Amino acid sequence: MKEEGKKKLWQEYQKEIADDRYFYVRSCVRQSFFPGAEQAFLKIMREELGKDVFEHACHTTCTGIAYHADVVPFDTTMTVVARQFSLMTESGYQNLVPSCITSFGVYTEILETWKHFPEVEAKVREFLFKATGRTFEIPKNLAHASDVIYKFRDSIASRAKYKLVNQQTGEPLRVVEHIGCHYAKMFPHKGIGGAEFPHVLIGMVESWGGEVIDYPERRHCCGFGFRQYLVQANRGYSVACSKKKFESMEPYMPDLIVTNCPGCPMFLDRWQYVIAEMENHTYGADKQGIPVLTFEEMAAMVLGYDPWEIGLQVHQIPVEPLMIKMGIPFDPGKKYLGKNSKDMGRPEIPDYLNYSGMKI
Amino acid sequence: MSAKNFGFSIHKDRQIDYDKNYREFYYRVKAVEPSISLCISCGNCTATCSAGNFTSMNLRNVILLAARGEVNNLGDNVSACLLCGKCQLGCPRGVNTRNVVIAIRKELKIRRKP
Amino acid sequence: MGKDVLIIGGGIAGMEASAYLSAMGYQVTLVEKANELGGHLLRWERLFPTQRHGKEVLSFLHCGIDGKIRVIKNAEPVAAVTRDDLHIVTLSTGEVITANAVLITTGYKTFDASRKEEYGYGIYNNVVTSADLEEMFSSGKEMLTSSGIVPRRVGFIHCVGSRDEKVGNIYCSKVCCVTAVKQAIELKERLPYAEAFCFYMDLRMYGMHFEELYKEAQEKHGVQFIRGRLSEAAENQDHSLLIKVEDTLTGRPLKMKMDLLVLMVGFEPSDGTQKMAELFHLETGSTRFLKMADEHTSTNVSSVQGVFLAGTCSAPRTITSTITDARAAAAKITSYLSQYSIEQREN
Ligand code: SF4
Ligand code: SF4
Ligand code: SF4
Repeated sequence: MKEEGKKKLWQEYQKEIADDRYFYVRSCVRQSFFPGAEQAFLKIMREELGKDVFEHACHTTCTGIAYHADVVPFDTTMTVVARQFSLMTESGYQNLVPSCITSFGVYTEILETWKHFPEVEAKVREFLFKATGRTFEIPKNLAHASDVIYKFRDSIASRAKYKLVNQQTGEPLRVVEHIGCHYAKMFPHKGIGGAEFPHVLIGMVESWGGEVIDYPERRHCCGFGFRQYLVQANRGYSVACSKKKFESMEPYMPDLIVTNCPGCPMFLDRWQYVIAEMENHTYGADKQGIPVLTFEEMAAMVLGYDPWEIGLQVHQIPVEPLMIKMGIPFDPGKKYLGKNSKDMGRPEIPDYLNYSGMKI
Repeated sequence: MSAKNFGFSIHKDRQIDYDKNYREFYYRVKAVEPSISLCISCGNCTATCSAGNFTSMNLRNVILLAARGEVNNLGDNVSACLLCGKCQLGCPRGVNTRNVVIAIRKELKIRRKP
Repeated sequence: MGKDVLIIGGGIAGMEASAYLSAMGYQVTLVEKANELGGHLLRWERLFPTQRHGKEVLSFLHCGIDGKIRVIKNAEPVAAVTRDDLHIVTLSTGEVITANAVLITTGYKTFDASRKEEYGYGIYNNVVTSADLEEMFSSGKEMLTSSGIVPRRVGFIHCVGSRDEKVGNIYCSKVCCVTAVKQAIELKERLPYAEAFCFYMDLRMYGMHFEELYKEAQEKHGVQFIRGRLSEAAENQDHSLLIKVEDTLTGRPLKMKMDLLVLMVGFEPSDGTQKMAELFHLETGSTRFLKMADEHTSTNVSSVQGVFLAGTCSAPRTITSTITDARAAAAKITSYLSQYSIEQREN
């Protein structure tokens, strides 16, 4: 692989990312998948980087999942999104930052549609006004939360307490990056680095000391894809997608997988457990899985946040081996303590996947 | 180790994985009947084949699958051939189609023996 | 006669047209921006469909460049004006040339394969273009991958930068199908134990003897042909490639490891051709090649009076067709300069 070739390509796919004053819209599913990730993002932005990030209590889902599963028509999706724009305008913000890749894709698709078909925008304005009496301005800047962290990756590196380095060997951690399909596949110029060789996560990993693995099935979907997951009978298709990726990355012996989409870490994490239990195969050493992180969790780990505060205990593939590698101290006794030290209960121990070493 | 039941099974990949396939098969057939390599997938043989109108026999596809080393379903196809030779009459590339079928049948039998 | 013709571009078309126009008694000036005549032919070792050496054709063309032709190398036009049917062209050397007719023979360039990002040219170690492979052949060195092994499997990818709206080129480049077949044969001659695969959308074997060459590739050399367009390539740990195509005739996706991947790059109008379009205010067609006045009857006539076209500046062409076109342009210029306007024929 020739680095210069990639660098040349990355230069063609740079995009403008606002510097401050962000209107943040959350994902509808992430708070139950990986509950600490968005909180970590807000803390990093506000406390580490001193940025103004505003959230509106009345914002809703973008309808992305329902839209991609053909449950909600595009007109409805556009009107719901127009309402988010209205909340942003009303709050005095212009830079929209979605937490979710699917939302980012939906917003991008809508803004592009309106650019080419102004009559559609006019129609949506009318829908929104009739339904709610609201008006809105189009965001001046649209960037995904991972774009924003990418922009500030070096400031984060300069404040980092830990590196993506194996403390025992001194070697950089081998990181698989997985980009959500809706990040740049639809609109390559809206993604940092484009669609074929996205740079957004690579930039973070390299800035924080890790080494990125480029494996053959890198571009393949994680298996979420919405419609295949929603019906139980179709889940064999979803898990097969993840499996294809695991088999392809396995020979590279990755230390972790990092993602920038709500669905991907969920599926890449949970399906490893399912494959282990169904087929008695794991993709990490000693019957362990490969830990899967969101980019916010990765940033928070590097910055030395308490792992249980950022929700690492809800990962199906335990993150402890990774923390040990990075030299991050943690208190196993606090793993299952929730808010106000209330006990959250214990997960079921898998039959095959190796949980030994994890205090449960 | 027992396998848990989650209410679904993991889908098989539809992709032809050439590197894992039985590639030698094609080269063995080709050694017996070299004209197999001349096929251009025009389908002349398949359209005129009496067997192919009522069974899964499709000589064009049989030749292709053999070339990809996808041999698992070839047996059912070639067993339907009545070796009438009609396909050979029309083949624009002069493939010795009857002998291709015979060679494939033989190879499949050899393969089945341990 | 005593009329002057300026020919811009010293490749196949420029050389052959110079020879014909000089032989017809015109004062010919041939301008070439490189320091050698021959254009792309300098880089092609063997030619389809006969596998003869490119050098033989080149020396044939050189025989036509007699002492009467003024050849100016290392120069290119930088300005052009027209006054009373005379074309006054300033060269990069500062010299000003006045000509009664100008012939553009600035040709094509090969498609920049790195624009097909998903194929990884310039990123993956073992992805090369057809032009790179030709150089590997003519260097006479042993064929090895970047890891120093003899390739066991080589894939030829047709239509790279041609027939592809995504890169803005909707036309067929005409020569790459047969070039792939030719190169696959040459590869098998050098490496008889390697497997060679061509991945095509349609095989365009339109020329005399092309189909025979195709059959020879299958019969004598065991080259295999898979109908499907490369969707993406990825690099394996050992720097070989994993490619994904649909095997469209079996109707299933297919993946395959390749030690070397050869991208059959198509034609685009050369930078010189684009520059001449600007300097002489020539119209270009939807394909960005220089526009012919009439696709059937005036293929050598440009949109500007006294400026003519030959070779691949107006369309992708084979060497044979380029030579024929150059001769046709010479005839056309003769008819123009003798004021016998063939276009004015009725019926
Ligand atoms: S010989 Fe077999 S394949 Fe050919 S036409 Fe007859 S039945 Fe069909
Ligand atoms: S008729 Fe001949 S060339 Fe055509 S598909 Fe059949 S065997 Fe192949
Ligand atoms: S000649 Fe063949 S490879 Fe070249 S553009 Fe045409 S169809 Fe494609």
